[in-house]
Amino acid sequence: MLSRTADHLYWMSRYTERAENTARMLEVNWQMSLLPQSEQAARAAWRAMLEISELTDDFDAKYANATPANVLTYMVQDTDNPSSIMSCLRAARENARAVRGSMTTDLWETVNTTWLDAQRQVGQGLLRIAPTDFFEWVKLRSNQSRGVHIGTMMRDEASHFISLGIFIERADNVARLLDVKFLAAAEHMEQDLEHVEDFYYWAAILRSLSAFENYRMMFRDAITPTRVADLLILSPRNPRSLVACMEQIVELLTKVRNASSGRTEHEARSMLAQLKDMEIDEVFGQGLHEYLLTFLAGINQLALDISHHFLVPIAAPEPAASV
Amino acid sequence: MSMADIASGYAGAPVRLHYRQLQTWLSDQNMETLRARHEEAELIFRRVGITFAVYGDDDGTERTIPFDIVPRVFPAEEWRHLKAGLIQRVQALNMFLQDVYHDQKILKAGIVPADQVLGNTSYRRAMHGVDVPLNIYAHIAGIDLVRATHGDRAGQFFVLEDNLRVPSGVSYMLENRKMMMRLFPDLFSTHQIAPVDHYPDLLLSALQQVAPPTDRYSNVVVLTPGMYNAAYFEHAFLAQQMGVELVEGQDLYVDDDDVVYLRTTQGPRRVDVIYRRVDDDFLDPEIFREDSVLGPAGLMRALRAGNVSICNAVGTGVADDKSIYPYVPEMIRFYLSEEPILNNVPTYMCRRSDELSYVLANLKDLVVKEVHGAGGYGMLIGPTASKAEIEAFRQQLVANPDHYIAQPTLSLSTCPTFVGAGVAPRHIDLRPFVLSGKDVRMVPGGLTRVALKEGSLVVNSSQGGGTKDTWVLQSAGES
Repeated sequence: MLSRTADHLYWMSRYTERAENTARMLEVNWQMSLLPQSEQAARAAWRAMLEISELTDDFDAKYANATPANVLTYMVQDTDNPSSIMSCLRAARENARAVRGSMTTDLWETVNTTWLDAQRQVGQGLLRIAPTDFFEWVKLRSNQSRGVHIGTMMRDEASHFISLGIFIERADNVARLLDVKFLAAAEHMEQDLEHVEDFYYWAAILRSLSAFENYRMMFRDAITPTRVADLLILSPRNPRSLVACMEQIVELLTKVRNASSGRTEHEARSMLAQLKDMEIDEVFGQGLHEYLLTFLAGINQLALDISHHFLVPIAAPEPAASV
Repeated sequence: MSMADIASGYAGAPVRLHYRQLQTWLSDQNMETLRARHEEAELIFRRVGITFAVYGDDDGTERTIPFDIVPRVFPAEEWRHLKAGLIQRVQALNMFLQDVYHDQKILKAGIVPADQVLGNTSYRRAMHGVDVPLNIYAHIAGIDLVRATHGDRAGQFFVLEDNLRVPSGVSYMLENRKMMMRLFPDLFSTHQIAPVDHYPDLLLSALQQVAPPTDRYSNVVVLTPGMYNAAYFEHAFLAQQMGVELVEGQDLYVDDDDVVYLRTTQGPRRVDVIYRRVDDDFLDPEIFREDSVLGPAGLMRALRAGNVSICNAVGTGVADDKSIYPYVPEMIRFYLSEEPILNNVPTYMCRRSDELSYVLANLKDLVVKEVHGAGGYGMLIGPTASKAEIEAFRQQLVANPDHYIAQPTLSLSTCPTFVGAGVAPRHIDLRPFVLSGKDVRMVPGGLTRVALKEGSLVVNSSQGGGTKDTWVLQSAGES
C-alpha cells in the first residue's frame, strides 16, 4: 500500500487511542476529586494530568491556576493543546479523511461522526454539565472505532497499520501514566494499605485503565502498589498492559515486514522478551521510574523506526535531465 | 400539499406524462414528512462526508451541496435521443483532438482557423505527435446541456459547454441516487428507474482499455491534488468504488527508466494508467509549472515513452474552449459525415467583424463570454447589466474582440423543486458523463443542477445551486 496511506491510517488510530486514554485519566481524576481529600492532594492530582502529557509548561503559559475547570478545559477542548481530546479527535478525522478510500465506509463514518458529534456535545456545554458523560462517550466511540475496524476491515496491511498505531500509542500512554502516578505516590507506597486514601488512589489508576475488575479476578486479594504494577506492566492477560501491547506490536511488525524493517522487528522482539522474563520485584529492584523511562525511550525509538521504514516515503532519485 | 400547488407553479401548463405518477405520489405526502426527509438528507450527507472545503475559510467549515428531494425525470425515448447525440459529439471531439495533435486536416481544410487552435493557451505543444492508446483523449467528458422552454425550438436540448479536462460531479449523480433510494424506497418500486450504480465499473474498464500494452495486470490510480481540493470527496469516492489507489503527486515518481512508480510500504510499484484530477499546468514540473508539487517530475517523459496513460489526456482543453465551441457542429460533419443531433447555442464570434457589429449593437440582449475564462468570470449578462457595465464591457470588447463570444440569453427549463414553502419550479441544467474507451458508453442519468433561488438561472454550487437525482425511465423489455 502507499506509504502515505499507511501513515495516515497509523496516525488516525494513534490519535483516537490518545483521545481515549486522556478521557480515561480525566474521568478517574474527576471521580476522585469528588471524594474528600486535602487541597494539596487535589491540586497535585490535576497537575499530574498535565505532567503525563508533558504539557505543564504550555499550560502554565496560558492559565494562572491548575484548577479542575482549567485543566479540564485545556485537556478536553483547548485547540491550542495538540493533545487535547478535541484536537486528537479532529486529527484522527483529518487523517481518516485524507485516506477515506482505504478504509471501509463503516469505519470512515464512525470516525467522521465521532468528530461531528464531539463538536456538538462540546458546543452544548456537556463538559460543564456532565463531564463523566462526555468521557464515557469518548471511550465508547474509541471502542466503537476499534470494533468497526476489527469487524469490517480486510485483514491486510491497512488494518495492520491501524492496529500498530493503537498499540504503540497505548504502550506509550500507559507507561507515562504509571510513571507519573508512581512518582507522585511516595506516601501511598505502604504495602498493607492501612489508609483508606491509599485504596482509592490505586483503585483509581486501575479504573482509569479498565483494570479494576481484572485486578480482582487475577489476584482475588487486597490492592497493593506492587500488584498494580505487575498487572499493568507484566500481565499478558491484561489487554492494556505493556507486555500485551508489545506482543501485538511484534506480531504486527512481522505481518507488515519489508526489506528494510528487520532490525526494527528485532528490537521489538527483544523488548518483548525482556518484559516476559521480568518479575515485578526485579522491576522495583532497578527502580520503576528508571525502568519506565527506558521502556518509553524504546517505544519512542520503535515509533521512529516504523515511520522511517514504512511511512515516510523513500527519497526520490534525482530527476534526470529534461528531454 | 395539493396537486394544485404543483400545477400552479406551471401557470396551468399540463403535467407531462412521465411526471404524472410522481406528482400523484407527491400530492399524497404531507409537508412535514417531506421536510423531515429533506433534513435527513442533509444529515446523511454530512455523516458520509459528502462535503467540500471552501477556499479561504480557515475555521475548517465544510459545506454540503443542497440536495433536492424531487427527482428530474426523463422518458426512455427522450434519453435515447440525447444519448445518441452525446456519443456522436464526444466521438467528433476525440477525433478533433487526435487531428490537431497530428495531421491537422481540419485546419488545412480551413474549417477551424489554425491560429485559433495552435495559438490557444490550452493547446499543448508537448502533445504534438504523441500517440495515445485507441486515439482517445477525452476518456471522461461531462457535457452541459439545457433545454429551451420557448421559441421555435422549445423542448430541444442545447449543449452549453463540453467539459473535457477534469469534469466533476459524477459522485453526486451516484450519491443522489443512493439518497433517494434510502429516503423514498416506495418510489422505486412504483417507477421503472434505470440504475446508474455501475458507473465506476464502466469507468474502470474504460481506463484499463487505454493502458499501455502489457501482459501484467494494469495498475490504475486516481491522482488528486489532495484533501483540500473542493472535489476531493469525489476523487476518494471514485478510487474506492473502482478499488484503485488514490494518490497525490508526492506518492509518485518517475525513475530513469521513464516508468512511473508508486511509493509503497513494500517499495516501488509500477503505474500504468493515471486518472488525473489535476489540471495540465500542474502535472509535470519538468514541462509545465516548475513550482508544482501536484504531479511527478518526468511524467511527460513517461508518457512519450509509452509507459503510462494519462486520462484525460494532456491538452484536451483546446477542444472545450469557448472559442472552439462554435465549430463543434462542423467537426461532426467533417469527421463523421453526419448531421449533429444536438444543438449548439447560436454563438457570435466577435473575431468576425460582421458578428462583432451585431454583438455591439445588441449588447443588452446578449451574454458575452471570455473565451479562456471558466466559471462565470469576465462575462457580461446583458439583460441584467447596468448601462455603465455595458459601456465598460464594450470598451474591452472593441479592444480585444478575439477574446470574446456572444450568445442569446437562454430560457432554461424548470423542474418541480422542494423549497421552504412547498414545491415550486426552479431552473435546471444537466451534465451527463460520457466514457470513451473501446466504445463510447454512458449510464442512463447524469447530474441535474438546480438554481434554488426563485428566478435564478445560476446553477453553480458556489453560487447557491443544488442538485437532484436524475431518472431515466426504463421502457418495457429494455436493460
